[in-house]
Amino acid sequence: MDLAALGDCLGTSSCLIFQTVGGLKIGLLMFLVASGLTLIFGVLGVINFAHGSFYMLGAYLAWQTMALTDNFYLAVLAAALGVGLFGVLFERGFMSRVYRGDVLVQILLCYAFILILDDLVIIVWGEEFLSSLGIPDAFHRPPLFVGGAIVPVFHLFIIGFSTLVAVALWLFMTRTKWGKITRAAEQNPLMVSALGINTSLLFAGIFALGSLLAGLGGALAASERSISSGMGFSVVLESFIVTVIGGMGSIGGAFVAALLIGMTRSFGAIGFPLFTDGLMFVLMCLVLVLRPQGLMGRSGG
Amino acid sequence: MTSSHDGISRRSVLKGASAAAAAATFGFPAIVRAQSATSIKLGIPTILSGRVAQLGISSTNAVKMAVDEFNAAGGLDGRMIELLIRDTKAKPEEAARVVRDFINSEGVDVVFNCEASSASFAVQEVVREAGTFCTHCCSETSSLSADPAIHSENSFRFARQGIHDAVASATYAAEMGKKKGIKKWMAVSPDYAYGRDSVEQFFNVLQQVDPEAEIVGYGWPKLFEPDYTQIITQVLQKQPDAVYSALWGGDLVSFIDQGALYGLFSGIEFFGINLADYTTMSAVRELPEGLHSGTRYIAAFPDTEANHAFDAAYHERWGDHPTNWAWQSAAGIDFLIAAIKETGSTDSGALAEAMRGMKRPSPFGADGTLTMRAEDQTVVNYALGWGTTVPKEPFLIDIASTDWSTVYEFETAWKKSQGYI
Repeated sequence: MDLAALGDCLGTSSCLIFQTVGGLKIGLLMFLVASGLTLIFGVLGVINFAHGSFYMLGAYLAWQTMALTDNFYLAVLAAALGVGLFGVLFERGFMSRVYRGDVLVQILLCYAFILILDDLVIIVWGEEFLSSLGIPDAFHRPPLFVGGAIVPVFHLFIIGFSTLVAVALWLFMTRTKWGKITRAAEQNPLMVSALGINTSLLFAGIFALGSLLAGLGGALAASERSISSGMGFSVVLESFIVTVIGGMGSIGGAFVAALLIGMTRSFGAIGFPLFTDGLMFVLMCLVLVLRPQGLMGRSGG
Repeated sequence: MTSSHDGISRRSVLKGASAAAAAATFGFPAIVRAQSATSIKLGIPTILSGRVAQLGISSTNAVKMAVDEFNAAGGLDGRMIELLIRDTKAKPEEAARVVRDFINSEGVDVVFNCEASSASFAVQEVVREAGTFCTHCCSETSSLSADPAIHSENSFRFARQGIHDAVASATYAAEMGKKKGIKKWMAVSPDYAYGRDSVEQFFNVLQQVDPEAEIVGYGWPKLFEPDYTQIITQVLQKQPDAVYSALWGGDLVSFIDQGALYGLFSGIEFFGINLADYTTMSAVRELPEGLHSGTRYIAAFPDTEANHAFDAAYHERWGDHPTNWAWQSAAGIDFLIAAIKETGSTDSGALAEAMRGMKRPSPFGADGTLTMRAEDQTVVNYALGWGTTVPKEPFLIDIASTDWSTVYEFETAWKKSQGYI
């Protein structure tokens, strides 16, 4: 524990900016993936434990598109759409058949897909890890110095882009007809169905959107992370923690929780270098004890 | 008639009995000999699946090359080497089970162990009990051969060692430190036994050769950590002059890719002991220039005809470059075949006797030879050095060889400090 270092850091603008930008980047990448998980849970009431594997699939699809076209943006787009499509097939072909089943059956089905996808990427892309996509040429420039802090330009892009996605998601949920239907379905799917809305289509669409977000997160993360089978595991765990802290099903909650965890990890690395991961779990425990419905979740239920 | 019949019958029974007795006395070993004459069995437990499968595959590739050559030349008086290769998935309990099965069911002559450290200790326990001849070709944990408590007369290590690497790293780092004015050091190493041991041994030797070296912080990312942002920011906050790292494989690649975004390597000297491996260097998106790395396996070191020839032959057959595990296994199989030829047998005791102190010409030797040191039965005098990276092949230049007399000196002191001698 090094509270003096943490105090020093909070007192100097360069360290404060530096750690904040790092925390924002970690947090917003986490939000992209976790928002998909929480969206699916909110509407369908199922926890897609294979969500981390969708993230992995996004990374691999992006890598493949990059290898074929050498275009970073196209790679990200292809990964997002590809995983979205995979999500629909997964939902229609498998998950939709166990919505009414036991939670245990849903978990087992997801677990089966985690194992299948982990093996599948090995069969297609080999056992050895793949190198990251690299960052687009436009961002190949020396880092900025803001208030004495080093800020990689590409991280600003990730932060900006993820924020845009968050805003778009918020606008979709609050301002569009389908967003309103989605929120209504969260409250009372039977009534929505009774009003003549095709809930099967709605569910498939939500699953596609949730999966698309996982694929998007995977592709963006792959810009600087090496890609390997099993890489989704730690991500689904983190996303789950974000979902629990933010409140199951709450996208706004996931946004706040992801930023909270990003900052905890960033500043925790200065103050508690040996307990950074521990802090994340402490945060989750506190929320579970003091506010079990999560920061922005609905109480009761 | 009956009695004569009885007589004949009795005689034939006696004859039969004596024949059986003769067969039991002379025939059985003959049958055993005839059976074993078909092959010399090598049991190879190794890692063929999971994240480090590439290493296990490269080990067996190197062994196959030497064995094919041996068999094509007629084997040992017609006895060919037969390889039994099993995947242990890097699990110690699975490795122990596989090796027990090799010894009890398959009757292997040699356990040719291509396992990482944790499983190698399990293998050592099994072969020590059974007395089977064994070569360890991949474990770098020094105590495997240094600790007399687990010593076996019939076990030999053909692999680089943590303590040797620590001396090579620290002496090189101290020299660079003098040249570039490095005082403040930080470690970034994976958070498990190997990562922590490597850092401890490195700083231990470094502070002996350079008493002014100061350690300002440690970063311990999880093994297989995807995001190093928090570690990188930690390093930039501490502002060390240099970073020592035992990260490897995909983790090291991610760390370098992410660190480069922060310009981490323009202000800080980076010493990565596991960087100079083909799989790692070719995977880094843009390998920064001037990083320091230990030599795992590269064709450019030692820069000899023999080493380039090994790399070329390996590349031609497998379409890939050798790894650190590949050269170690190649050295192991070369010594083993030499011992089999020299003794004309596969008897454990005879092989061990021939192996102790054996010196052979080798592409991987510091001076063109490798020696199997008799006292602790581990290979020494292998090519050991550090250099700096360039983005394209040969990837590592300005390689400084480590002086083995320095290695021996620190190794002895370390063994004393551990109570091994």
